[in-house]
Amino acid sequence: MAEELLVVEDLKKHFPITRGIIFQKQIAAVKAVDGVSFTVNRGETLGVVGESGCGKSTMARCVMRLLDPSGGKVIFDGRDITNISQAEMRPIRREMMMIFQDPYASLNPRKRVGFIIGEALEVNKMGSGREIKQRVQELLDIVGLNPEHYNRFPHEFSGGQRQRIGVARALAVNPKLIVCDEPVSALDVSVQAQILNLLKDLQDEFNLTYVFIAHDLNVVRHISNRVMVMYLGSVAEVAGRDQLYSAPKHPYTGALLSAVPVPDPELGRQRKRIVLEGDVPSPINPPSACRFHPRCPRFHEGVCDVVDPPVREFGEDHAATCHYPLEAWPLTDAQMRGAGEPVAS
Amino acid sequence: MALLEVRDLTTHFRTDDGIVKAVDGVSFSIEKGKTLGIVGESGCGKSVTCLTIMGLNPKKMTISSGEALFKGEDLLHASSSRLREIRGNDVAMIFQDPMTSLNPVHKIGDQLGEAILLHRDVTKRQARARSAELLKAVGIPHAERRLDDYPHQFSGGMRQRVMIAMALVNDPDLLIADEPTTALDVTTQAQILNLLDRLQEEFGSAIIMITHDLGVVAEIADEVVVMYAAKVIERAPVGDLFRKPRHPYTWGLLGSLPRLDTDTERLVQIPGSPPSLLNPPAGCRFNPRCAYAFDRCRAEQPVLEPVPGEAEHLQACFLDEETKERENRRLQAGSLAEEAS
Repeated sequence: MAEELLVVEDLKKHFPITRGIIFQKQIAAVKAVDGVSFTVNRGETLGVVGESGCGKSTMARCVMRLLDPSGGKVIFDGRDITNISQAEMRPIRREMMMIFQDPYASLNPRKRVGFIIGEALEVNKMGSGREIKQRVQELLDIVGLNPEHYNRFPHEFSGGQRQRIGVARALAVNPKLIVCDEPVSALDVSVQAQILNLLKDLQDEFNLTYVFIAHDLNVVRHISNRVMVMYLGSVAEVAGRDQLYSAPKHPYTGALLSAVPVPDPELGRQRKRIVLEGDVPSPINPPSACRFHPRCPRFHEGVCDVVDPPVREFGEDHAATCHYPLEAWPLTDAQMRGAGEPVAS
Repeated sequence: MALLEVRDLTTHFRTDDGIVKAVDGVSFSIEKGKTLGIVGESGCGKSVTCLTIMGLNPKKMTISSGEALFKGEDLLHASSSRLREIRGNDVAMIFQDPMTSLNPVHKIGDQLGEAILLHRDVTKRQARARSAELLKAVGIPHAERRLDDYPHQFSGGMRQRVMIAMALVNDPDLLIADEPTTALDVTTQAQILNLLDRLQEEFGSAIIMITHDLGVVAEIADEVVVMYAAKVIERAPVGDLFRKPRHPYTWGLLGSLPRLDTDTERLVQIPGSPPSLLNPPAGCRFNPRCAYAFDRCRAEQPVLEPVPGEAEHLQACFLDEETKERENRRLQAGSLAEEAS
């Protein structure tokens, strides 16, 4: 059952910062992704959450080989694709597709919908002109659009409908993996629900595997089987969905969960929010050891800022990178701050 | 007397394609020190409502009618010079996008000081001191030094704090916040919501919070107005709105939210998308998307009126109370989605 489709090991992506026009010299690097490891099993959805700038999109682009990783390994369907050439990559591309955030910017305004959806089929020579047209109309029907809209332009559609076109395009070549990069963030709630339901239905029907990136914890919980929390280019915590939301171990996950507004006036106001101070630091010069330590309510001087936090396992399929994992959940502010000696690992 | 009372506010825009009825007969009121949430999807007219109250719509293309009584004075018929006195002094506004609503070529201190110098008879030095004081109040470290920084030197959350400081410089009685946390991350959003809460206690301002996020509304609002296609379709105290919503559109909004505290396999989805305001549907504006619509909904426009037995809870819907009670129970139990799909 749990067969691995995608394995990512210690993935790194550093963007160089250079100085000088002719003699360029690297003076620093933006460590957008710095040592991320995870696996995605066939047929499951891995949700990836984190604040803006934590490297979730860069990570996705490296996995898709839209960016070349600076280090680490990406193994897709048993094959190491980290360093293979673009030509070798081409046949693999049809097995991993992407859905983008902005339904306005991700569709070419000068092409007809039929062409946009069918392009991948054409490139991969997956049928004659007529077969492709038939397949595109079938796809339009699958994602809940009218097949007669084949000849329309993107501007004739609303935001939600455009996102459906994006989904149809990703589905066209029967991919094994679909990476969704914030697919519903730009949509209104009622339309967002339509797209989330659609993605779920398609997964059941075609046995798809998703990597679902979002900053909205509610959305991620709704759609994922497992969830990975990222902070400043590294993984803070990975766990099965229910474990992560009911018993988070990393203080950052706890803070994120407590910051989400609850659409229930009574519950929402009783609840104690753990409000983090300050902003996410710059990835050019990230804090030493544990990257979360300057904002962490459980910060212990001499430990968190000196010793790299270990990856700690909590039962099956739950790991957090922290010296002082949370003992229980929910915690009050005081309990959050008081933590015992670090557990030897 | 209410601090702000809006009666039958209507805003129409002339465009090349015809007249867009962006706000169509909206009424609400807000008391001193209270928070009113206005929710709705994009294009429902929630921002335009507030821009109209503030007199910020382009004059040439706009036709507005109705009344917006601020302390008994009608803002819609006030002269532009009187409006300039009121804006930034008695009524202030926080905009959605902190990246674009600050002037990138002026120092933060000058931008804050401008708002003070316009309305108060003070020296530049006093204005600067007041600016620093406010930056400190909204939680910006080293406030004195940061007055000489430019907007690009601040992060998104910090810029939103500067915007809030700017809105507060003259202790406004009413603060209109148009999606103040939409562009921010959750942890920053929590910081800003806490800040607004604290400042409201301290300064006693009333807040109108425009948002599409029902979670945010649940956390900070006292009363909620739900808008759909330029009209108010439901208005209620916050507890009632979430516990006893009366309008099918509100059910849809509440049901379509994935939530941390409940488990639902499928979300309620409202089919279709909001109508064009150039040519809105006849009868109830929601009828083409409403699963409960019947003949009367297609012919007649429902009026906003109190729910029987609840003076504070207003609705604009023809559906009978019995069906509403039943459907509402199903919504709360999380079983509305199965049938709707």
